[in-house]
Amino acid sequence: MEDVLRLLQLSINGAATGCIYGLIALGFVLIYKATEMVNFAQGEIMMLGGFIAYTLVGKFGMNYWLGSGLAVLITAAFGYALDALVLRRVIGQPQFAVVMLTLGLAFIFRAGAGIAWGYDSVAFNTPFTNKLVKFGGDVVLGQDNLSIIFGTVLLCGVLYLFFSRTRLGIAMQASSQNQLAAYYMGIPVRRVFSLIWAISAGVAAVAAILLVPVQMVDVNSGIVGFKAFAAAVLGGFGSIPGALVGGVLVGIVEQMAGYYLPTGFQEVTSNIVLLAVLILRPQGLFGQVIRKRV
Amino acid sequence: MSIFAAQDIAMNFGGIRAVEGVSFTVEPGEVFSIIGPNGAGKTTIFNMISRIYTPSAGKLIFAGEDITTIPPHQIANRGIARTFQNIELFANATLLQNLLIGRHCHSQVGLLAQFGFLPSVRRAEIAHREKAEEVIEFLGLQRYRDQLIANLPYGVRKVVELGRALCIEPKLLLLDEPSSGLNVEETEEMGYWIEDIKQDLGVTIIMVEHDMKLVHAVSDRVMALASGRILALGTSSEVQNDPEVIRAYIGGAPV
Amino acid sequence: MIAPFKTRYDQDLDLAKGPGSKIAYAVLLLVTAAIPLVLGEFYVGELGGLFIFAIAGVGLMLLTGYTGLVSLGNAAFLGIGAYTNAILLARGVPFLISLPAAGLLTAFFGVLIGVPTLRMSGLYLAIATLAFGSIIGTVLQKWDSLTGGFDGFAVQTPTILGFKIEGAWGVYYAALIVLVLVVWVSMNILRSPLGRAMVAIRDSEISAQSMGINLAVTKSIAFGISAGITGLAGGLYAHYVRHLAPDSFDILLSIQLVTIVFIGGLGSLHGAIFGAAFMRLLPQAIAMVRDDLPFGLGQLPGLEPSLFGLILVLVIMFEPGGINGRWVKLKRYFQAFPLHRKPAARRQKSYAKSERLR
Repeated sequence: MEDVLRLLQLSINGAATGCIYGLIALGFVLIYKATEMVNFAQGEIMMLGGFIAYTLVGKFGMNYWLGSGLAVLITAAFGYALDALVLRRVIGQPQFAVVMLTLGLAFIFRAGAGIAWGYDSVAFNTPFTNKLVKFGGDVVLGQDNLSIIFGTVLLCGVLYLFFSRTRLGIAMQASSQNQLAAYYMGIPVRRVFSLIWAISAGVAAVAAILLVPVQMVDVNSGIVGFKAFAAAVLGGFGSIPGALVGGVLVGIVEQMAGYYLPTGFQEVTSNIVLLAVLILRPQGLFGQVIRKRV
Repeated sequence: MSIFAAQDIAMNFGGIRAVEGVSFTVEPGEVFSIIGPNGAGKTTIFNMISRIYTPSAGKLIFAGEDITTIPPHQIANRGIARTFQNIELFANATLLQNLLIGRHCHSQVGLLAQFGFLPSVRRAEIAHREKAEEVIEFLGLQRYRDQLIANLPYGVRKVVELGRALCIEPKLLLLDEPSSGLNVEETEEMGYWIEDIKQDLGVTIIMVEHDMKLVHAVSDRVMALASGRILALGTSSEVQNDPEVIRAYIGGAPV
Repeated sequence: MIAPFKTRYDQDLDLAKGPGSKIAYAVLLLVTAAIPLVLGEFYVGELGGLFIFAIAGVGLMLLTGYTGLVSLGNAAFLGIGAYTNAILLARGVPFLISLPAAGLLTAFFGVLIGVPTLRMSGLYLAIATLAFGSIIGTVLQKWDSLTGGFDGFAVQTPTILGFKIEGAWGVYYAALIVLVLVVWVSMNILRSPLGRAMVAIRDSEISAQSMGINLAVTKSIAFGISAGITGLAGGLYAHYVRHLAPDSFDILLSIQLVTIVFIGGLGSLHGAIFGAAFMRLLPQAIAMVRDDLPFGLGQLPGLEPSLFGLILVLVIMFEPGGINGRWVKLKRYFQAFPLHRKPAARRQKSYAKSERLR
């Protein structure tokens, strides 16, 4: 019984961490599906979202839900502005160039956050911190992890409806496959791209807020971006459910490895799993094999 | 003996039958055209011959050898060259470099020799350069020699695509819609080149084409395809007057 | 068109085109050979480090700039090369054997990572190399019986024929010689069929295959050569730092290498050297102007990475061809003077085309 409980605990923890990875990976995939750009600054945007939420809820003392909602909106606006002011200038350049650009932005954001909020870790009170939930008397789980999982599922449901039932989603697909043709069809391509960035930034902010009960916000929070990126690739870049599955998989593998294997092997295990999946399925778990028709 | 034979080939993409039960032979030195409406399977057949796709059924025989399952990079040294419908040139290289890449299948130099650029490598490079220059002269591309492909107009790129295929010194040349995107004059020129290639170089040509004037001008035999099956096979006049072919192109009242 | 008048095909094949070029290269060689006689030890040491990163830059340039294979794990090759060289030296192997051996072993690892990743493209390849780099880093840490793990590994001073190669001078000349060798070999590759095959793979895999290029073999060779060159840089790096720590060969170092290749200018060997110069001199430049910056900007923590990020962003937005791109434009300006036309140098507006269907 002990072992089963342990396994459950690890799985929930892993799933929760994995959901965070998944949400950030989702942000990657949203931007990639629409604009084919890879945003290596996604982790840093999450970090900024976390700091903004801290400022509103922690320092100004706003209500948790109100402050979080506002933080998400502010971060989304930031994402929009980022695209409109910076990313638009590099449309048409090879993918690799954009990767480097976002990498540069990540450095700037990190330094900027350090200047604005300092280098200490911060956190604020949430309705889920340090609370527990009992199931059937034996199973005790933290509300923090559960809230992450639940919040992620909710958000994904909302996004799914948005993309499958609205014209904007189709417009986004069109713009990604052939920008010029999309222009001809009357799609305001640049605005559509900026909206994607806004959504993506908003999702990152949600991830940051969900993470607060478990981990404090600090300047280096964004480093999780790389793991999330790996998760997105594992799931198959370009697949929204894939991003989540990839994230949860990485999260659970990490937790299991952290517990059952000697120290220091945690990181390596997820990397080996990643490599193995890519070698067997070079397009990721849910990715599409895209071949050029000649 | 025919230089190329397709025996009952078929290609399925999932549930879609792109090509079904197609058999034909091509005689050495002839110009064999494949015509048909869009989606008939013409380029699919080309992709099977150049081994980008593997046929779901049937066999491909070239110069007496069964090439149905050989890897794609081995068709060049067997003497099969192709051009692509949408131009697959190396955009960031110069015209000359593109042609020289076409000489790759004739390259014999070892790896370490290349590291040191030994005199044997230099000699080989000059020999390749001379061959490429022959092709440049044949096609009249001298003034574009050192320009990046990305800067060249479409019509010139189509000719470069042809030149790159010629650098392979092929026995069989597959031309995928050589006149698409070209104006009337350029199409005429393409026709002259096809004739020259056939007569001066003795190369067998299989051509996918939509421009009927060009097809009629250069072809020895024509095969008409529709929905993955052969409608007619014969001389250009025969095929163009075949009632089935006319019906496929223009449509007719149901019989 | 400003072009030297050519009468023989050889002139197109030669590395130094025309007498002017030959003299320029000769002068460059003499100057770099003479620098340690003029500058102090600190600068000589820094330049040695610059050369080492230039070598690694050339290795990555061949892989990413010319073959189009993005690698975010080249720091692993630096690490393998560094440790192999150091370990062999500690076992008594002479330097003239240990360094090339380090290069060869690393080349072997390069092929090892190249083969399973053959079917991967772009993004997926980048992540796979990232994972690989991370795994190698962990191996270097954990295999402490061989590498000394976290305690690090002290690197011996090498000797060639009884002469000790030590100090800034030793590293400088060793790195310079290897750099010249590596650049020469790379330029040879680029004017040979292999170099053309690499570029063909970068620009269009399908038609490269139709031309008879074996994708699997060429990609593996590209990985092997890139890794081998980076391994040589790693071997020299061991002497530069003199004490190896396994966690210095991490993702951040890989990103530094990629930045070198990028800021220098993708697709040119000169770019690798420009990029390395930029990356190594930037921290020095920042240190020098730090105190003079207004508003106390110089005292802010995190100044270096933010400036680094800012420069990266500006380069991509305004000069995607990198330093080499600027250099070429400058040369053309002077060549065409006074007939230079501004529109000729302007970047064309381009629309994003799907790279998934390359």
